[in-house]
Amino acid sequence: MNDLSLTDVAATPYETPLLRVSGLCKNFGAVVACRNVSFALWPGEVLGVVGESGSGKTTLLNCVSARLQPDAGRIEFQLRDGRVAELFEMSEPARRMLMRTDWGIVHQNPRDGLRLGVSAGANVGERLMAVGARHYGEIRGNAADWLRKVEIEVARIDDPPRTFSGGMQQRLQIARNLVSRPRLVLMDEPTGGLDVSVQARLLDLLRGLCSELGLAAIVVTHDLGVARLLAHRLTVMRRGEIVESGLTDQVLDDPQHPYTQLLVASILQ
Amino acid sequence: MSDHRLRVIGLEKGFTLHNQGGMRLPVLRGIDLTVAAGECVVLKGPSGTGKSTLLRTLYGNYLVEQGHVLVRHDERVIDLATAPPRLILEMRRRTMGFVSQFLRVIPRVPTIDIVAEPLRSLGIAAQAARQRAGTLLERLAIPQRLWSLPPATFSGGEQQRVNVARGLIAEQPIIVLDEPTAALDDLNRAVVMALIDEVRRRGSAIIGIFHDVEVRDALGTRIFELPHAESA
Repeated sequence: MNDLSLTDVAATPYETPLLRVSGLCKNFGAVVACRNVSFALWPGEVLGVVGESGSGKTTLLNCVSARLQPDAGRIEFQLRDGRVAELFEMSEPARRMLMRTDWGIVHQNPRDGLRLGVSAGANVGERLMAVGARHYGEIRGNAADWLRKVEIEVARIDDPPRTFSGGMQQRLQIARNLVSRPRLVLMDEPTGGLDVSVQARLLDLLRGLCSELGLAAIVVTHDLGVARLLAHRLTVMRRGEIVESGLTDQVLDDPQHPYTQLLVASILQ
Repeated sequence: MSDHRLRVIGLEKGFTLHNQGGMRLPVLRGIDLTVAAGECVVLKGPSGTGKSTLLRTLYGNYLVEQGHVLVRHDERVIDLATAPPRLILEMRRRTMGFVSQFLRVIPRVPTIDIVAEPLRSLGIAAQAARQRAGTLLERLAIPQRLWSLPPATFSGGEQQRVNVARGLIAEQPIIVLDEPTAALDDLNRAVVMALIDEVRRRGSAIIGIFHDVEVRDALGTRIFELPHAESA
């Protein structure tokens, strides 16, 4: 009765994903950026998207974040009330609200995600005000908490990020995104322009925050080391198509597709 | 009564090297194996017979090519050959532990938290998890002043012990061990052996590679000899 038998193998119960992308296509003129891309993401999961420059990673992220309309395919998101909505079938105001409340976007270049001229505190507080916070003291207190979380001295709260180092700016961008408690965070090469030592600190911070807050995240990177540390699952893209997906350590240690094998073999040891 | 935790049926595993002209390396063929609670199965066979490959396949680190790897996960039976990655991650949290030969160091994370992490991921409070991690590290003779440091600068033996502590702390029902005593001196090896044996006696099913004959004889309740892939 306690034997393991093939006939007892359980079917995997279906759980609605937080995000489901199916059959996504995007061309720029004759250039194919994404071809028939499909994947799903569940709460608490970090999905890494790897592949060389020009493989369509960033286009995919831009479509998923609704900054770029795909030529074909569906992007479905489970709302807080449990309903599932297709991104481009929503009304423009509803989509904007979703992006302000449920989504965070961490850009490779902090300049694209921050307002460099206003104070660090205001950069963080602005997202809170966008979701309806009005009490100045609470907003400032919340901003200070988040600066501490991302290891920025609270004494710098009134300084503009223009005066911050690249690593600090990137951490501030993360605070600005996470303060409104999004359910999905999209990151494009989050450690891209940083020194190796600063990268480690940021990765460690991101790892901690993702697991602590149960965030779902998509991390686009060309750095397989970053992917190994951050991502639970990995998707490999080449010429606009997904060529392989699986558990991160499985894809990196037992790659199946010729392109993934090449990618893994090219890492400097 | 035998309480089977893991069953391998007709497992085949090889590697296709696409960038070496599609060269095919067959490694495992026709592997059948069952491991029950409270057993410690020792894999044996000359170098190159696929002992490590088998362990990695049991943990979902390598893909199953042919055959089945059935695992009891809570009250369900899961086949690793068809389980979605998300489910395998969940199984690693609650059902399958792994001690690899080398510690994959996460930058900046203190040793105590590296060891406590498997308990944290099961929802156990930080303080209780750290306390249990501390108890294990103490038994493994890692001095307390090192606990707050990341293990990157530790000696090979110290890293290995940190790795053992992390791999055993959650006492999952199935624990996979790849040479857990390789880099250790006699004293530390004895401690690691005692820990593994305690975990087994408390009911975990253990499967491992131990090159040291003494360790193998002391811990193993059964030996599984791997056939040569070509001759099988």
